[in-house]
Amino acid sequence: MSTKVDARGLSCPQPVLMALNEMKTENSNEIEILVDTETSKENVSRAATSQEWKVTDVSEESGEYKITIRKD
Amino acid sequence: MRFKNIFATRGGIIGVGLFIGIFAALLQKWGNPGNMGICVACFERDIAGALGLHRAGVVQYIRPEIIGFVMGSLMAAYLFKEYRPRLGSAPIVRFVLGAFAMIGALVFLGCPWRAALRLAGGDGNAIFGLLGLIIGIWIGTLFLKKGYNLGRTQTTHAAAGWMLPLIMLGFLILLIAFPQIEGQNKSGVLFYSLKGPGAIHAPLLISLGIGLAIGFLAQRSRFCTMGALRDFILFRQTHLLSGFAALIVAAFITNLIVGQFHLGFKGQPVAHTMQIWNFAGMALSGLAFALAGGCPGRQLFLSGEGDGDAAVFVLGMIVGAGFAHNFGLASSPKGVGPYGIPAVIIGLIVCLFIGFTMRKRIA
Repeated sequence: MSTKVDARGLSCPQPVLMALNEMKTENSNEIEILVDTETSKENVSRAATSQEWKVTDVSEESGEYKITIRKD
Repeated sequence: MRFKNIFATRGGIIGVGLFIGIFAALLQKWGNPGNMGICVACFERDIAGALGLHRAGVVQYIRPEIIGFVMGSLMAAYLFKEYRPRLGSAPIVRFVLGAFAMIGALVFLGCPWRAALRLAGGDGNAIFGLLGLIIGIWIGTLFLKKGYNLGRTQTTHAAAGWMLPLIMLGFLILLIAFPQIEGQNKSGVLFYSLKGPGAIHAPLLISLGIGLAIGFLAQRSRFCTMGALRDFILFRQTHLLSGFAALIVAAFITNLIVGQFHLGFKGQPVAHTMQIWNFAGMALSGLAFALAGGCPGRQLFLSGEGDGDAAVFVLGMIVGAGFAHNFGLASSPKGVGPYGIPAVIIGLIVCLFIGFTMRKRIA
């Protein structure tokens, strides 16, 4: 079961902070993060990788991105 | 999943930092004021002067670099399908932050970009400004950790995102329609400087061309001097910081090569030696940039990619420059202005108020 973080409409560094906070809770080993800029997508992916999470999927739909990250 | 955007890689951001550092130093060689190849705060202040929003005779010129930053970013955003018209994240707060960011910058005499260029030119006073910048951003990160945010933006009409780029285009048209007349301080509706930093500038096409290139590259790489320090303090991330460091190194080496490096504290170009206020002015600026989510350059690049809130911050800076000179808040090489010190204190109080009170949980 993955948890979700909705960071749409928020600018840096909020999406990264929200994603990192969710990673820290360890509620789940899979998190889906919604963002709506390319910059946030890059920043969240970069932050996840630095925390040794894997970016398993990035899908785009009408200008919004869903980033799926996993830690095994 | 690999990034498609090569400028968002480590090599990309360092390359952009090097590019900015080299060309900022060269802009000085080609006519811009000392250690002021690019200064977003100073240049927006000069624009405010050219429009008559303040009447400090020595700082009046529509700086094409600023126009280039916004238009270059707009072009990159459209070309790479990243144009996202959006607004509505507490614009009035961003306006106020922009105004005080400008006031702090004009007490120091430079934005973070110029602080870096001053350091790269051997101006020791810049060290105090940079320390202030770090402290201001650090205070900002404390608020961010406590949940400070200005709320979500909303998607808007594409044309709403063009407002600042169109204003910039308007400035360019004014500059072409009313060029400076030798020995005159006014041409049509625009004011010009006959002496002082406002009278010292590289040729229009060079300034505009370099501005466009930097705007384009910075949009692709998300170059941000505030973000550089913020991300390091907050996450120990060195991505943006490596770009900022590259800028300083490149400007330093270019300055050495072209003979623009002059080490010292006294007599530095457009600088004063009142170190407490160099520090405090930049601390105010740094805090305001951190609360607004971007350095003054980044706010221009964001405006270019459709961020209407960043555009409001820019307008806040331009209006803040008007206040800074009309009220005697801005410093000069002689030292701080008559009301500069109380303005910095008021600015810090306002920023702390914003930081403490705007922590609404994100719905």
